[in-house]
Amino acid sequence: MNVLRLSLGFAVGAISLFLILPILVVVPLSFNPEPYFSFTRSMLLLQPDGWSLRWYREVAESAQWRLALKNSVTIAIIVTPVATALGTAAALGLRHLGGSVRTLVAAVLGAPLIIPVIIVATGTYLFFAPLGLTQSLTGIVIVHVVLAAPFVVVTVSGTLTTFDAQLSRAAATLGASPLRAFARVTLPLIVPGVISGALFAFVTSFDEAVVTLFLASYDQRTVPLQMWSGIRDQLSPAVLVVASLLVLLVAIMMVVANLVQALKRGGE
Amino acid sequence: MSISRLARATGLCVLGLGIPSSFAAESLTIASFGGQYTASQRQAHYEPFSKETGVDIKSVDYNGGLAELVAQVRSGSVSWDVVDVEMQDLDRGCADGLFEKVDIDALPAGADKRAAKDDFLDGALQPCGVGSVVWSNVIAVNEPAFQDAKPQTIEDFFDVERFPGKRGLPKRPNALLEWALMADGVAPGDVYATLSSEEGVDRAFRKLDTIKDQAVFWETGAQMIQLLVDGEVAMSTAYNGRVQGAISDEGKPLRILWDRQIWNADYYAVVKGTHAKKEADAFVRYATGTVPLAAQTGFIAYGPVRRSAEALINPAKAANLPTAKANFRHALAFNSKWWTDHGEAISERYASWLAR
Amino acid sequence: MRQRSPHRTGWTLVLPLLVFTLVTFLAPIGFMLWKSVYDPEVAGLLGQTRQALAKWQTSTGLPGPEGFDALSRDLRDLTGDGRVSQLALRLNRERSGMRQLIEVTADAIAEYDRPLLEIDPRWGDPDTWVLLKRMTQPLTARYFLSAVDLQQTPQGSIVRQDESRRIYVYLFGRTILVASVVTAVCIILGYPFAYALATARPRMQRLLFFIVMLPFWTSLLVRTTAWIVLLQRRGVLNEILVAMNIVSERSRLELIYNLSGTLIVMTHVLLPFFVLPLYAVMKGIPKQYVRAGKSLGAGPVRVFLRIYLPMTLPGVLAGAALVFILSLGYYVTPALVGGRTGQLISNQIAFHVQTSLNWGLAAALGSILLVIVVVLTMLLSRVTQRGVL
Repeated sequence: MNVLRLSLGFAVGAISLFLILPILVVVPLSFNPEPYFSFTRSMLLLQPDGWSLRWYREVAESAQWRLALKNSVTIAIIVTPVATALGTAAALGLRHLGGSVRTLVAAVLGAPLIIPVIIVATGTYLFFAPLGLTQSLTGIVIVHVVLAAPFVVVTVSGTLTTFDAQLSRAAATLGASPLRAFARVTLPLIVPGVISGALFAFVTSFDEAVVTLFLASYDQRTVPLQMWSGIRDQLSPAVLVVASLLVLLVAIMMVVANLVQALKRGGE
Repeated sequence: MSISRLARATGLCVLGLGIPSSFAAESLTIASFGGQYTASQRQAHYEPFSKETGVDIKSVDYNGGLAELVAQVRSGSVSWDVVDVEMQDLDRGCADGLFEKVDIDALPAGADKRAAKDDFLDGALQPCGVGSVVWSNVIAVNEPAFQDAKPQTIEDFFDVERFPGKRGLPKRPNALLEWALMADGVAPGDVYATLSSEEGVDRAFRKLDTIKDQAVFWETGAQMIQLLVDGEVAMSTAYNGRVQGAISDEGKPLRILWDRQIWNADYYAVVKGTHAKKEADAFVRYATGTVPLAAQTGFIAYGPVRRSAEALINPAKAANLPTAKANFRHALAFNSKWWTDHGEAISERYASWLAR
Repeated sequence: MRQRSPHRTGWTLVLPLLVFTLVTFLAPIGFMLWKSVYDPEVAGLLGQTRQALAKWQTSTGLPGPEGFDALSRDLRDLTGDGRVSQLALRLNRERSGMRQLIEVTADAIAEYDRPLLEIDPRWGDPDTWVLLKRMTQPLTARYFLSAVDLQQTPQGSIVRQDESRRIYVYLFGRTILVASVVTAVCIILGYPFAYALATARPRMQRLLFFIVMLPFWTSLLVRTTAWIVLLQRRGVLNEILVAMNIVSERSRLELIYNLSGTLIVMTHVLLPFFVLPLYAVMKGIPKQYVRAGKSLGAGPVRVFLRIYLPMTLPGVLAGAALVFILSLGYYVTPALVGGRTGQLISNQIAFHVQTSLNWGLAAALGSILLVIVVVLTMLLSRVTQRGVL
């Protein structure tokens, strides 16, 4: 028994390292004063001159990185509300459809989750070129919405399975207008699903590299594309800086989400 | 009704309008190969031109090939005005209608008053582009990787027994097949005739097989330099200018092997449908003038394509150019016509060779 | 009170996204499928030749004089605005040497009207005409044949591509192999992790959850960068091993920029996709079942094999299916860390879209990949009794 336990603990520890170590290693390396991707002796000895903000400064001052950030945020800010609205509406509507129609519609809406993004990129590149939608932010936004909306459908549908449709009908028979019934009864129940769906939508858009690679011109480079060329063309520690910042962002997000949940649990 | 027209009609109805990127005529976007090469253009061509005309120049990096241009021209949203292209892309793009035609008579005479037609090297004036530099495919040697005997010839590059170590190879076959044959004993003059037969191509690939295990592949000039500087490879096929830059500007222990160099030229071409044709033409005329071309050799070791520019070059720099006498022995001219005819088939085969 | 039927409400809510998806997602994919079999470029350039050759039986040797005349007329019409070059390059892609033949012929016709056979003896070769006839037919199986390493001979039979040019079947095979290995490793690593996650005490559970969710939410590019930092020749791992004298300076491990790079990074990226669905299933298994088994005197191994494992199989299947299907289309990771031997079929598709500009072939390869993914998804959703959503 103890042997089993111990070996399970050992295995889980090793797997945890596999999952987390590579991500954590990036952070200290971003303070490398040298243009290398590995630890220098003085860094390991924790000497103060072994650590520097050189690459942070470079990223902050780089017009390319700033443009990339601006593009990524612009795209994600348009994509997130549109995908969330479309996805939430679709999830709400989906319940009202009958059996086989519903399966079919769900399959169509869910297709972007399964179909490899390289196929999406190829198809949209060929289809959008004659429409003037390649080399434009519009084209990228459109595809990101399609890729992000299904996540919203899934998360909102998830909250709806625990939700009794009778409730809103009850509200209606009690004289509430449909809008009122929605605002008072349905909406509060699905809010967690909508929020996590919106989060998924934002991350999907912010992370997307392949379609953007095919559709974007130089002016529309996003953060992932800038990282892509940073990895491929010139391994500069500037990429590590951006990577570290993104990891930090995700970690903060998760801690906040955790705290919010803990508070809510405490409040109940 | 064709499907693409149908698609266009539906698309326009449903999607509304794309945002076309339009440029005021006071700025030009120029696409080039990045790194030290673009830096040399910026210093010798872009900045002086901006100073003279007030036209801002935005520099964009690309990695050769026509894909991005095709997308821009076919979709009608052209965001590049001028492109720096290699000869084979120039030929193909010209045939595909991606470039504006050059008005050769409008090019300025050389500094020595020679008419442009006589001043440019043979082949430097093309229907769709004006030549700027002669550059060369060479072998770069990472000196610390070889303690005793040092590689001197193209045969040595393919000899992994006598000169062990990783070899950097390009992800496209251009120039590489020529080297494989020359290392296998084919005289430079016979290279393209040999390659034109199936047996010749087989022979080149058999030679490549001998170093495949030791090969590391690069895609861009920047990657190539990185591999050499990091010591990831002992030797690599390379563009001479970037290697020279790493040697003279950064003091890296690299050496250029000029044996069997394969020289090529780059061109400035104006993109069809540019919003600033007048400025773009003016830029091409300016940048390919005697003085800017000579100035460029100060920033990168590529030779000017105007004869009149040679007199203006710093002699110390001149020795590092592909066209310097000592370097030019055993040189092979890259045959872009041959590659236009056979490139598709060869690239397919190379891709298949790479994948296995 | 007027009450809208729930059915109509449903459609009103679903339609916006449905229409949007149909137009901007399914239409492009349909367009790609169409492109893989439809290529009107040459037919558009050689309209008269197309008509003249329509009735010609390729087995009867050369076409009649009307074929020769039509081609001469077409070439004369094309001369002057660059379309000869367009035609020449397009045909050259099918057969090396066609560019030169077309350009020489067009020049000669424009200068003084000579018969084709006098201009170049290749016009006396029926194979040249077979190529023209095939290329002027807009509907074509050419791209699909190329995509599975086949070709059509001038005589019309379908044979395998030359040995040295076969590549796509091999790459589809490698793609499936990589997907299988990644899936297997995800099962091996993911199962104990999900088990620990489902059974740990709250504090430990929160930590493990953080460990699996941090990579899940972290950008793919960031994770790929991280592995490059760790695994490259002068990366963290090799530096440590060299410093500890475990490997020598000359024999640094080559873990990345090859197949192993693709496998390691893809496993890391996809592991959370296996763990999370499995965890959801494990959490739903009541503890009483396991306790009941134990109270009946079964050993822990027996309880696990007989009770726990079978109950978690649906989760394993769902997670494995997800990982496998996602693996098939991976592009970014192999492109950045796969080097030469770690490239997958997606990389070839991107190559033909972006570099070789052979869009028909890219579309055909994409269509095959699409069919594989869709068929697998349908099979698996039948097995797991769940739809895509």
